[in-house]
Amino acid sequence: MAQTAPAAKATKVTSVNGKAQGSKELTFSKEIYMRWYEEMLLMRRFEEKAGQLYGQQKIRGFCHLYIGQEAVVSGTMSALEKGDKLITAYRDHAHAIACGISPNAVMAELYGKIDGSTKGKGGSMHLFSKEHNFFGGHGIVGAQIPLGAGIAFADKYLGTNNICVCFMGDGAVRQGALHETFTMAMLWKIPVVFVCENNRYGMGTAVERTTNVPDLYKIALAYDMPSAQVDGMECEKVHAAMKEAADRARNEHIPTFLEIKTYRYKGHSMSDPAKYRTREEVDEYKAKDPIEHVEHTILASNFATKADLEAIEEKIKQIVEASVQFAEASPFPDASELYKDNYMQEDYPFLMD
Amino acid sequence: MSEERIIAYREALREAMVEEMRTDPTIFLIGEEVAEYNGAYKVSQGMLDEFGAKRVIDTPIAELGFAGISVGAAMNGLRPIVEFMTFNFALLAIDQVVNSAAKVLEMSGGQFNCPIVFRGPSGSAGQLGAQHSQMFENWYANVPGLKVISPSNPYDAKGLLKSAIRDNDPVVFMESEVMYGDKGNVPAGEYIIPIGKGDIKRSGTDVTIVSFNKMMKVALSAAEELAKENISAEVIDLRTIRPLDFPLIVESVKKTNRLVIVEESWPFGSISSEITFQVQKYAFDYLDAPIKRVTGKDVSLGYAPTLVEAYLPNVADTVKAAKSALYLV
Repeated sequence: MAQTAPAAKATKVTSVNGKAQGSKELTFSKEIYMRWYEEMLLMRRFEEKAGQLYGQQKIRGFCHLYIGQEAVVSGTMSALEKGDKLITAYRDHAHAIACGISPNAVMAELYGKIDGSTKGKGGSMHLFSKEHNFFGGHGIVGAQIPLGAGIAFADKYLGTNNICVCFMGDGAVRQGALHETFTMAMLWKIPVVFVCENNRYGMGTAVERTTNVPDLYKIALAYDMPSAQVDGMECEKVHAAMKEAADRARNEHIPTFLEIKTYRYKGHSMSDPAKYRTREEVDEYKAKDPIEHVEHTILASNFATKADLEAIEEKIKQIVEASVQFAEASPFPDASELYKDNYMQEDYPFLMD
Repeated sequence: MSEERIIAYREALREAMVEEMRTDPTIFLIGEEVAEYNGAYKVSQGMLDEFGAKRVIDTPIAELGFAGISVGAAMNGLRPIVEFMTFNFALLAIDQVVNSAAKVLEMSGGQFNCPIVFRGPSGSAGQLGAQHSQMFENWYANVPGLKVISPSNPYDAKGLLKSAIRDNDPVVFMESEVMYGDKGNVPAGEYIIPIGKGDIKRSGTDVTIVSFNKMMKVALSAAEELAKENISAEVIDLRTIRPLDFPLIVESVKKTNRLVIVEESWPFGSISSEITFQVQKYAFDYLDAPIKRVTGKDVSLGYAPTLVEAYLPNVADTVKAAKSALYLV
């Protein structure tokens, strides 16, 4: 990492369950800040466009936007190493893009086109890329939790030095799958980091309406699993917590549960008017917008000029526009694709009547 | 044919796992009591000693969790064998079997496959009451993405389990608690049995009887009884439930013109229902009588011996069904 640029302000992170490794002072380079800015802005502009296209019925099905939560993924990715795996639920556009799937392939997938990341078979909720170690977008709340542990289990079994970061929403922590997986992840010392992106609502149900223990990181205490509550509106804090957790998984094979407090500006899905919360509450989070936060640091630290950032904005606009053109131009999968990819066996005798 | 060697069904299953694990280090066995207890039904006896705790893994009682962890491992380069103590308990894990294992290849556009075997005993096993007596072959067989195997004897069990372990698709492999001690000839040499092929266990000309798993005993005994009355029954063992070898049944029916299906599970939406549809479609003009079936009764199975006896398919009912198809009763 180039250290020529002046460091931005230090960020303090402390694990809170009594198993803390001690508070850490981390500083971040210009390169990291510029990467966060560009990556998050791409997620944001990409999804704003996806939202528009959904309104035009270019994108169908269920579509869950990540807008407002970008720092969780960006702060995670900058803390990981090559070969580390990601898995998440159905709010997965940003995770896919951050893993390296091209915006063209993601947009084409949202359109249901053959050049999409899963050939138009997965759609918004099921983005995958083996090449980029993205183990998918999964549609059953909480079902990706044991899968994420299993992915990491395999890496340990095979003797790689990689870990898996397994994302979930605040709704998913109520599933039995989480509790069963936490038991075994600790018992078998699986190199996994569980991340609860607590955006405060499981669809329309506030966290407080699902539990008498609204501090979700405390769930890990019952398993003696290290855990922490993290401010998810700032990449620095996410990165620091993730780095500590990833190191612990990689070096000690100890899982961590991070409750990262974040917020989605949009509804649960495109059909959700989000009447269960106030405008004031949404505005409160928008005032802490993760992209504006990074932009502020970049300008205050003289990492880039306003003109530099405008040039990035323009570049991203072009990338997003190109992804739309790409998706428009790509054909829908031929109906014959229906019988492909159901089995590895090439001559599987499907019932045809 | 190799020299005769008589071993038990459980030993045949164990041999299949042990032989495959010796050749492929990515295969591991995971489940409740599989390691230190040597298997709830002793299928995995001695495997912990040979392969160690890394590859023969005891789990807490958390079917959904360890099934899901195994599916994740299969997506990332391993080949798990997941033992369920019974398929009754596997219902707790069915989300991971149906929503993850069966679908990940399709959802990922062919990028992630799931080479995994879910195995364990299925069906009634004495007076165990309603929750320990069920067969779910038809449930899993309904799901695209899965393969389903249900063998009736040691030889088939070994050859089919080896195929299942080598298969690159998820396989649900259903055994029988009451057959684990059954002895049969299993050659010492290497062999596999292909998935998706039925087997004519007894040739005949007058009526076709189709069955699978332990009801094959009923089917074969019924054929013996029918033979005493000079009725020649052909008995087909399905061996694989999905994909099901419909052509073998259709060809047999074209010869015998009559069909009886014996199935331990409930009648509604059953394997016998699907076979009946296929045969009426592809052998309608060959049928000389309506298709008959002998199934478990359409109720939950109670504990008392009288209830068990009244519930399960038996030889007498199967003989009667065959004779009915021949218009002899």
